[in-house]
Amino acid sequence: MIEIKNISKWYGSFQVLTDCSTTIKQGEVVVVCGPSGSGKSTLIKTVNALEPIQKGDITIDGVSITHPNTNLPKLRSRVGMVFQHFELFPHLSVKDNLTLAQIKVLGRDKNDAMARGLKMLDRVGLSAHKDKFPGQLSGGQQQRVAIARALSMDPIVMLFDEPTSALDPEMVGEVLDVMVNLAQEGMTMMVVTHEMGFAKKVSNRVIFMDAGKIIEDCSKSEFFGNPDARSPRAQDFLSKILQH
Amino acid sequence: MNLDFSFLDTSVLSSYILKGFVFSIQLTLIAMVGGIVLGTILALMRLSGKPWLVVPAAAYVNTMRSIPLVMVILWFFLLIPLLLGKPMGAELSAMITFTLFEAAYYSEIMRAGIQSVPKGQVFAGYAVGMTYSQTMQLVVLPQAFRNMLPVLLTQTIILFQDTSLVYAIGAYDMLKGFEVAGKNFNRPVETYLVAAAVYFVICFSLSMVVKRLQAKIAIIR
Repeated sequence: MIEIKNISKWYGSFQVLTDCSTTIKQGEVVVVCGPSGSGKSTLIKTVNALEPIQKGDITIDGVSITHPNTNLPKLRSRVGMVFQHFELFPHLSVKDNLTLAQIKVLGRDKNDAMARGLKMLDRVGLSAHKDKFPGQLSGGQQQRVAIARALSMDPIVMLFDEPTSALDPEMVGEVLDVMVNLAQEGMTMMVVTHEMGFAKKVSNRVIFMDAGKIIEDCSKSEFFGNPDARSPRAQDFLSKILQH
Repeated sequence: MNLDFSFLDTSVLSSYILKGFVFSIQLTLIAMVGGIVLGTILALMRLSGKPWLVVPAAAYVNTMRSIPLVMVILWFFLLIPLLLGKPMGAELSAMITFTLFEAAYYSEIMRAGIQSVPKGQVFAGYAVGMTYSQTMQLVVLPQAFRNMLPVLLTQTIILFQDTSLVYAIGAYDMLKGFEVAGKNFNRPVETYLVAAAVYFVICFSLSMVVKRLQAKIAIIR
């Protein structure tokens, strides 16, 4: 589904990603973790070309994101993305947030878009809030609407960029529940997160990054079950994050 | 000093002032709408990161902002007939000049407005498959416009005051109406006083509106 092939990225002379490669198969849930500044958020943003790469290539469903003939907006419309800070459109109601891209990008009929959007809103349990504006919702609710907005586009894969990092602790659960549900239904997911509980529960694979490099890329059971085989950097990270 | 306002009855107001008042408002509205549209395009050009768009837009804005408005009004009025080969009415000339001039100021406001929208919003637009122009039109500009509404209105108040500068090319605006009436009735002091009062009332009440808007927008955020 997603093939990341030897990508490197620089901000000026500073290299943020170094020769990263991995593959995400259909139906797979891959968690990307690592200390802050390790490049995991940058990596996930390169997947749908929100951040350009200077070397290597990424293909989504066989379509290269670096090929000059690729219609990037069209490719991105098939990839759902959820951001750390939700990024709902604050000037639009929840309903309009859900339908805007369906109508303007996919060319769906208004009624069809609304039906699809409301179905997804129901799925994240927020039907009652369809007429509100993002500013009237809690962080957890906003993030669930953001997930519904992405799902309304019928994506072939979902990218989550630290979806719970900006939330108050009591709201993390409601967002993770939606994500777990999604994973169990077979959605292909790439998730940057520190929520190791989520990784243990539903992921197939865990990628560990440090200093712009992919250090570990192994199955969940290998990653959590066989700590002695991990690199010192990953062991250190795991011991800190799993301490509590 | 003996002030006598009694000659300023409704017939004087309607025959001298109304026409000028209507033109002042017309000029303000046209220059506002045209200036914001053109200014937004200039702002997008300056933020595009493409030198062939950035350089001309920046040059235009910096030039307009460095020349006194009254000179732009005069030049345009005097030069256009030379270029077109036929004269252009003072009123039409004023409308074009003000639009072109105000665009430079509105563009700086819109530039700040566009930059006030977090980059994440642009990413969100792209991520759902929008093109650059869709992201701008549907996501960034509405927010930029809303954030900048008080500043845009404040600029419009200044614009309204500046419309009086069309005296330089003899266009018939509100001030001109008062001036002509003052001359005809030999009461220039009175008419200029009333003109000042009218400008004050309009501008001051508009700035009150701006204050309210500011409070409202602060709440929305």
